[in-house]
Amino acid sequence: MSLVSLDQVHKYYGENHVLKGVDLKVEAGEVVSIIGRSGSGKSTLLRCMNGLEEYQKGAVIVDNQSVENDDYKLRLLSRSVGMVFQNFNLFPHMTVGENVMLATKLVMKKSSAESEMLAKELLEKVGLADKFSAYPGNLSGGQQQRVAIARSLAMSPKVLLCDEITSALDPELVGEVLKVLEKLKQEGMTLILVTHEMNFARDVGDRVVFMNQGRVWETGQSDEVFSNPQTEELQSFLAAVR
Amino acid sequence: MSYQLDFAGLVPYLPQFAAGLWATIELTVISTLGGLLLGTLCAQGRISKDAWLRRSCSCYIEIIRNTPFIVQLFFIFFGLPALGLKLSAWQAGMFAMIINLGAYSAEIIRAGIDAAPKGQWEAGQTLGLTRRQVFWHIILLPAYQRVYPALVSQCIIVMLGSAVVSQISVEELTFSANFVQSRSFLSFESYMVAALVYLLLAILMRQTFALIKRFAFKNPSL
Ligand SMILES: Nc1ncnc2c1ncn2[C@@H]1O[C@H](COP(=O)(O)OP(=O)(O)O)[C@@H](O)[C@H]1O
Ligand SMILES: [Mg+2]
Repeated sequence: MSLVSLDQVHKYYGENHVLKGVDLKVEAGEVVSIIGRSGSGKSTLLRCMNGLEEYQKGAVIVDNQSVENDDYKLRLLSRSVGMVFQNFNLFPHMTVGENVMLATKLVMKKSSAESEMLAKELLEKVGLADKFSAYPGNLSGGQQQRVAIARSLAMSPKVLLCDEITSALDPELVGEVLKVLEKLKQEGMTLILVTHEMNFARDVGDRVVFMNQGRVWETGQSDEVFSNPQTEELQSFLAAVR
Repeated sequence: MSYQLDFAGLVPYLPQFAAGLWATIELTVISTLGGLLLGTLCAQGRISKDAWLRRSCSCYIEIIRNTPFIVQLFFIFFGLPALGLKLSAWQAGMFAMIINLGAYSAEIIRAGIDAAPKGQWEAGQTLGLTRRQVFWHIILLPAYQRVYPALVSQCIIVMLGSAVVSQISVEELTFSANFVQSRSFLSFESYMVAALVYLLLAILMRQTFALIKRFAFKNPSL
């Protein structure tokens, strides 16, 4: 059974048919990049995988759990699925350490000492061991995004969803965040990324999914998709972003 | 027209003023704590998934915000006994002040909650927190921070409004001033003293809240 499996998923915003029967399977350890034009449904697709959006038809199964609109089931699911957002969404009134420890304490019910140890370990991993007591407001965008990654790793998810997590960053800060993702891949983390970083998608990603008009328009191994796009739409999209 | 100010004439009545001042402080501290707690709970009620709870909270808030405080006070003190709820003047005054601040602060706090970015809720949800946990741990403190000046002003308004509870003979500062002027006939001086004390109390409250702010909101501004 695939770690993430979407079967004929349809999503409507009122009249607006945003996902038109999406099929997608992601295996454990895979790094999948989702690319496509703005408005093609990439974010919506990602948000259907952790229950932030409901879908109207089809099935989404993640880590053997059906993603349904049920608070209790979604809380269970949140232990398997982490998410990192474009705007970091760090909690401004908490220190970096408190941000990372919040869920381990409240949700995993770990002791303070245990949570602190884990938080320090994770911050070390993203290169921010010295920022434990700093407030997010005093960090650069790249640092904030790395804290956000550490925060979602604290729940030891099986898959990490990243929605354009470098898009709000100054160009010189993009690299430090991508480096963390690369490290996670080496450790075997499953990553599903909506991204505009085509170089990263090609060099680090295993597979690419090109979304167009609410459908998976074209998909394949990264190097093949980039070197030999089949559809006209993908060809023109790649020509436009390069 | 000349009038000889005679503050010395008030000296024998200092114990009355002191007792009134103390009562006003007590009313203010308890109603501020109770009112802010009630306001926070109502603000949470207004965003509940339970439609009935949402409606009850709105109803309470609108009724209180659209009727005079003195009528609320009379209703509680003179009206409720008809329903079998007999409160002492002190209890009724306290109750009225808490209910009043509860409604106004609920509305202020709700504005702070509404201004929370949707991403804060989503981040909490994806970390596996319940809605209630997200509210208390993630949303609430920054919400207070956003509306803090308005909240402080409202608490001070309620402190000043405590003068009204003298109308049901709660023996607070204004009651004392009334009493002293009726005995000493030094009306000007008595109310002058009362006004000054209220002024000082308001300043003291502002400074206390400024101190609390320093400890409660350590993060750089939102
Ligand atoms: N909360 C929402 N309410 C209504 N329509 C939405 C909402 N979010 C997204 N949409 C619509 O859904 C479509 C897909 O959006 P989105 O998934 O954000 O695309 P992408 O991430 O690829 O840019 C767009 O047409 C957008 O206008
Ligand atoms: Mg998007």
